Amino acid sequence: MSRALITSGPIDPTVNLPAVDMSTSLGYFETPAPVFTASGCAAAGKELDQFFDITQLGGIVTKSVMMNARSGRATPRMAETPSGMLNSIGLQGPGIDSFIENDLAWLRQRGARTVVSIAGGSVEEYGKLAAKLRTVDGISAIEVNISCPNVEDRGQVFACDPNSSAQVIQAVRRNSDTKIPIIAKLSPDVTSIVSIAQAVERAGADAVAVINTTLGMVINLETMRPALGGITGGLSGPAIRPMAVRCVWQIHQALPQLPILGMGGIRNGEDALQFILAGASAVSVGTVTFHDPSAPIRVQQELEIALAQRGFATLREAIGFAHRGPDVAVIEEEQE
Amino acid sequence: MAPLQITGQVLDVRRAGMYTVLSLTAPGLAERTRAGHFLNIGIGGEESGLLLRRSFAIYQVQSRGVYGGSVDIVVGVHGKGTQWLVDRRRHDNLSIVGPLGRPFTLPKEPANCILVGGGYGTAPLFMLADQLRERGCRVDVIAGAATEEKLFGTLEIKRAASTLTVTTDDGSLGVQGRVTDVLEDIITKTQADVVYACGPMGMLAAVAEIATARGVYSQCSVEESMACGVGVCMTCVLPVIGDDGITRMVRSCVEGPVFRGDRVRWSDVGTVPPDTLGAPTGGH
Repeated sequence: MSRALITSGPIDPTVNLPAVDMSTSLGYFETPAPVFTASGCAAAGKELDQFFDITQLGGIVTKSVMMNARSGRATPRMAETPSGMLNSIGLQGPGIDSFIENDLAWLRQRGARTVVSIAGGSVEEYGKLAAKLRTVDGISAIEVNISCPNVEDRGQVFACDPNSSAQVIQAVRRNSDTKIPIIAKLSPDVTSIVSIAQAVERAGADAVAVINTTLGMVINLETMRPALGGITGGLSGPAIRPMAVRCVWQIHQALPQLPILGMGGIRNGEDALQFILAGASAVSVGTVTFHDPSAPIRVQQELEIALAQRGFATLREAIGFAHRGPDVAVIEEEQE
Repeated sequence: MAPLQITGQVLDVRRAGMYTVLSLTAPGLAERTRAGHFLNIGIGGEESGLLLRRSFAIYQVQSRGVYGGSVDIVVGVHGKGTQWLVDRRRHDNLSIVGPLGRPFTLPKEPANCILVGGGYGTAPLFMLADQLRERGCRVDVIAGAATEEKLFGTLEIKRAASTLTVTTDDGSLGVQGRVTDVLEDIITKTQADVVYACGPMGMLAAVAEIATARGVYSQCSVEESMACGVGVCMTCVLPVIGDDGITRMVRSCVEGPVFRGDRVRWSDVGTVPPDTLGAPTGGH
């Protein structure tokens, strides 16, 4: 065979590395590149396009949009935590009509692959959002943010219950173009993330995005009250990375055919590679964008290097590679 | 013009009373900077546990010189991040993004301008004073702080101002009291057309209220805690009335930090007023 063999052990940084085929897919969404922005960490792409060419990414995942304009919560909306941050933005946004007219139109004109993230307070709202998106071009996939309180169920979060999660995905599937893949974004704040993944897959999800933030809280010691206006907030950043890798691993193990968009504290290419090896087909870079506005494209470049250094000729052959049996040994040295 | 993301080297770290002035190499930044712009700096290096960048008003820029352009900022230590920053030494590298935000708007015709700085909120006013004077404007400066040691750059700003009035809460320097205690008088004496202000939110609210009541146009550079500084995180919002009369929660990093004083709903900062676009109707 002519292709390089998978290698483990120390990496020699001086070696000239071959290019890696970075193409991947999430359901029938084929993309030449595997790194995405994360919803809520890139607005609708325009601001980051000042720092790097957003069309070079796998795609832009836009901030979750609801039917109506929404002010979001009172400040403070953010608290820095060790290797992470808490946020309680409260899904501030312009509403779907304004989003389609302005943000989506800009992304389409810019030529960026776009994953539109939607959020609702009821199953019906998710269905209506999907129906709105059915009328417009230029969408690569829909991400369904199910980590919202269900106003019809005492504010219980959809993502924490398999039936509610499934109902939302069914509503989106029924109202969407069959050619548009649906990605369900899962919360780690559940007893069994695999059972939620199974439920959304059965309901028609083509892929899952794993993980959303995990609920946290900080007390301000000066005021001796909660630091955030929203009291609790979503924890993100490198602090939650091991939890995210675990979730990707568990889902890939149980449902190896279900494509995963992995995320949670990815800071560099080697972090991203952990997610790929655990079973993600693509990854999103979120909170670290606040630390480095060029992070998504940098991580994508570093991921290619990290794959090449280990002898992968394609990203696809690295997906889930950490799950291989003991009989598949890595080759320590290249052979003739 | 788009902001730059660059690595700057520390040229100098010097104490200025309670504050620290950092001079950094910043090729290309000076040419893009106008008074009121800010920049942000990554804290703690690549593997830092402190993820959020710290934002600073741009104090001075130099477009030429041996370093091919440099920028100065004024740092007050408020926590671990700013402490790390003032502990930097010559030749250390820092990640800089800037210039960011919307700068002060300058009058088209020569005008009488009052510049009000609270604490080290005077930092962006030096460049502003120079730019205003270049346009033939009269510049009067009011600098206030709790105590003398919390003032910044009062001797230096005097050079660019027709008059300088200093206030301190404890009377340790200048007039005992607040900047707002002297503002009305100075508006009258100078027949001011515009008031520019930078400092703590409480001071800005009071300055804007007086200016608006006197029919004087005001521009305030706000201090909201930010995460990204480039418009993607939606952290640094405050309620601002738009040209259409509708209140929105707007990002101070990209739509500010300079706002018209009569447009910010100062008493509602930290809340979402019920008449804000998209405000919650029930539970949220």
